[in-house]
Amino acid sequence: MHPEIQALEQTQLRKVETNFRAGDTIKVWVRIEESSGKTRLQAFQGDVIRRNGGSCRETITVRKTSYGVGVERIFPLHSPNIEKIEVVRRGHVRRARLYYLRELSGKAARIREASRDRYAKLDARSTTQASEKQKSRSRRKKRRSTKAANSPS
Amino acid sequence: MRCGLLGKKLGMTHVFGDGGVLIPVTVIKAGPCPILQIKDEARDGYRALQLGFDDMPVRVANKPELGKYERLGITPKRFVREFRVDSVEEYEEGETLSVELFYEGDKIKITGRSKGRGFSGAMKRHGFAGKGSSHGTHKVHRKVGSIGMASWPSRVFRGKRMPGHYGETRVTTKNLKVVKIMPEQNLLLIKGAVPGARGSYLIVSK
Repeated sequence: MHPEIQALEQTQLRKVETNFRAGDTIKVWVRIEESSGKTRLQAFQGDVIRRNGGSCRETITVRKTSYGVGVERIFPLHSPNIEKIEVVRRGHVRRARLYYLRELSGKAARIREASRDRYAKLDARSTTQASEKQKSRSRRKKRRSTKAANSPS
Repeated sequence: MRCGLLGKKLGMTHVFGDGGVLIPVTVIKAGPCPILQIKDEARDGYRALQLGFDDMPVRVANKPELGKYERLGITPKRFVREFRVDSVEEYEEGETLSVELFYEGDKIKITGRSKGRGFSGAMKRHGFAGKGSSHGTHKVHRKVGSIGMASWPSRVFRGKRMPGHYGETRVTTKNLKVVKIMPEQNLLLIKGAVPGARGSYLIVSK
């Protein structure tokens, strides 16, 4: 991507809690404008089944079952309409996209809660997305450079 | 007619507008464009401004071009185009035009060179429907189908839409909305898509 677009996207980033993964249960507080012109907050609580895209374009898909009907909402993570995001519960899942939940219902659609170790590990991760991304990038770079040093050619 | 600007497509992203609406935008590096030459009624028979964009090394420029650039004291430009204008009096050669020519909310027109698609079939090139993928269809899924009648007229009409070279032509998209101008970075944010590949040159006009 062009560096100037990257810089532009940086300005669009908002400081929201992004320390969650697919499988976690979160509560998203959305700002809603009523017809009277007043704004209020509305919460949407459900399981994160996907995090998609990066930077200011990142979206999350949150799924919940409402009166027996599956409801999914896609939120642009950096939308100014998102007041805050709370992590309610951390889940233990083995994939990044939990589409299989759509076919399951009732007891089968539950997600196992994460172990205490996992909680500690995830809670320790940085909360702002930008620094998180940078860290993973530098880690990747390090790995690549050590690989290059070790190879005989 | 008012003067436009030359630019380069950087790519797409999106920004949040009023009330948190998501707006898909194309980011364009537009200007600063020096006026290289002013064409007037008396000498050239028409009124236009010749603008340049994107520096190029002196060794690449040819000598006649170089003479002009040296006279104006600016680095040679890769992309040079003319804009017809109603009057040239208020302009001066060597003067620089920037994105401040435009305002947020303006409807503009962008001309570029569309992405080349090589030799393409009629479905991609002309939006033909093709044939079914099953129900006994055999080896004709994406073919053109009939191209005419029989012993009359015994020929194919001229202009019949068929497979062939597609893309890499001059394309103009009208009524594009300026979402934001960023004069410090010389950037224009335009709502929606714009012709051409990333890094290709564009003509932005009102």
